[in-house]
Amino acid sequence: MKVKQISVFLENKKGRLKKAVHALAKANINIRALSIADTSEFGILRLIVPEPEKAKKVLEENNFVVKINDVIAVEVPDKPGGLDSILGILTEADMNVEYIYAFVEKKGEKALVVIRTEDIESGIKVLREAKVPILSSEDISTI
Amino acid sequence: MIWNPKAECMDKEERKETQLKRLQDTVKRAYENVPYYHRRFNELGIEPEDIESLEDIKKLPFTTKKDLREAYPFGMFAVPDEDIIEVHTSSGTTGKPTVSGYTQKDINLWSEVMARALTMAGATRKDRIQNCYGYGLFTGGLGIHYGAQRVGATVIPISAGNTKRQIQIMQDFETTILTCTPSYALYLSEVLEKEGVKKDNLKLKSGLFGAEMWTEEMRNAIEERLGLEALNIYGLTEIIGPGVAMECQEKNGLHIFEDHFYPEIIDPNTKENLPPGEKGELVLTTLTREAMPILRFRTRDITTLRTDKCPCGRTLIRMDRITGRSDDMLKIRGVIVFPSQIEEALLKINGLEPHYQIVVTRPKYLDELEIQVEASPKLFSDEVKHIEEAKKMIEEHLQKEIGLRVNVTLVEPESLPRSEGKAIRVIDKRKF
Repeated sequence: MKVKQISVFLENKKGRLKKAVHALAKANINIRALSIADTSEFGILRLIVPEPEKAKKVLEENNFVVKINDVIAVEVPDKPGGLDSILGILTEADMNVEYIYAFVEKKGEKALVVIRTEDIESGIKVLREAKVPILSSEDISTI
Repeated sequence: MIWNPKAECMDKEERKETQLKRLQDTVKRAYENVPYYHRRFNELGIEPEDIESLEDIKKLPFTTKKDLREAYPFGMFAVPDEDIIEVHTSSGTTGKPTVSGYTQKDINLWSEVMARALTMAGATRKDRIQNCYGYGLFTGGLGIHYGAQRVGATVIPISAGNTKRQIQIMQDFETTILTCTPSYALYLSEVLEKEGVKKDNLKLKSGLFGAEMWTEEMRNAIEERLGLEALNIYGLTEIIGPGVAMECQEKNGLHIFEDHFYPEIIDPNTKENLPPGEKGELVLTTLTREAMPILRFRTRDITTLRTDKCPCGRTLIRMDRITGRSDDMLKIRGVIVFPSQIEEALLKINGLEPHYQIVVTRPKYLDELEIQVEASPKLFSDEVKHIEEAKKMIEEHLQKEIGLRVNVTLVEPESLPRSEGKAIRVIDKRKF
């Protein structure tokens, strides 16, 4: 099961992140997970929100370049070695992780992690075979 | 030393007579042999006989780069094909270049003015001239070459590039005179330092630097680092190549070889002539070119003419170093680039917004060209590496199209100025 992530292009300038987050706040959109990739010239803001299409529209109205793409959200035991075991599964399957970041909230005793593998479909397959709990879009909106 | 004291130190009134005679002859040849000028004269209702004084030059039509481009390749030639012995083209532009043709007499003339220029820099039969201007269609290499041979100096036709070899040859051959662009001279000096070569171990005494705009600060830096006299040379392919004007060792402006190239200064907006001492666009008329007489060529270069006496003894009129352009042309590391070329190249890329800004800087001594383009959904990705690949793709495409290495920066949509009438596309942060 795939989860929708929105990515936003940010110029490396003062106030840009605030402008994007502010636009979402005004539209009453709650951010579930977030990460920023930064280079010397630009940044990519990545978000998991309950209504990605709506968030995309709001951001585009504010002149941001936005993209929606699939990522994998998994439950990870919230204890030492939890993430290590998940990464172990992917490494074993010779799978490259492009980036990874964590949710703000927890689900019960489980931490939630977003994983972007090079190939999402095979990433899901490998994780499912290893019985790692994978979240659906519905799960995200009910957290 | 003065190469041709008779011509270079001639009484001003006497020179004016020579100029008028030559102007009348040039106008007649242009009218009779170049269909383009024949048509322009007819449109203006003038005939060669209307040029009775040097003042009458104002009656003649201007020639622009565009006119020359439209005559591509040989439309401006005033002699039969069999009399042309060499051709060159202007640098940079990707579309049609402008072509310059030379007869044997023109090559002799070019050798003469370049011999004068080299002599100003102290060149004699004993000197070794390392000529790092490019040989080929570009006029820089061969122009210096012809002058050096006329003087009887030893020319080292090393051409541009391969800096390590340049340095090796410079030491082994004991080069005394260096010819290249001022930015390359500075680059050379940096590499010399890195290689641990001391300027005292070099035999350099002077350099002729041109083909791009530079400053007094650059001169000081070049002289300090290379231990030579850095002199400014000016020329353009349309007129002949290098050797239109050259600075003497007084370093108070460039003497124009006005017995061969007649200078005027105009207000680029009103096109009215301006008197010496006033800043405006340089306009040049060839007085002796045989293959390609050019009337009132608008160089787009901004300068001022000086008529006061030069202590060197030459009576030739002087021009200040070029301080700018009257059009949007950019010269980046010696290569001519028009913003329109960058725009054309950008628009060929799928998924790119037609909004861009060009930022030119000179962080140290070499020009840097930055093109800011707005990020679009097609260029954007959730992964850094994909965006950087897109950036690199644009950079490589631009380099292929305009022949220059550029740095592309992605900016947010709608953050660049929109064209309301005339958008500011170019920000030139270099100081001249």
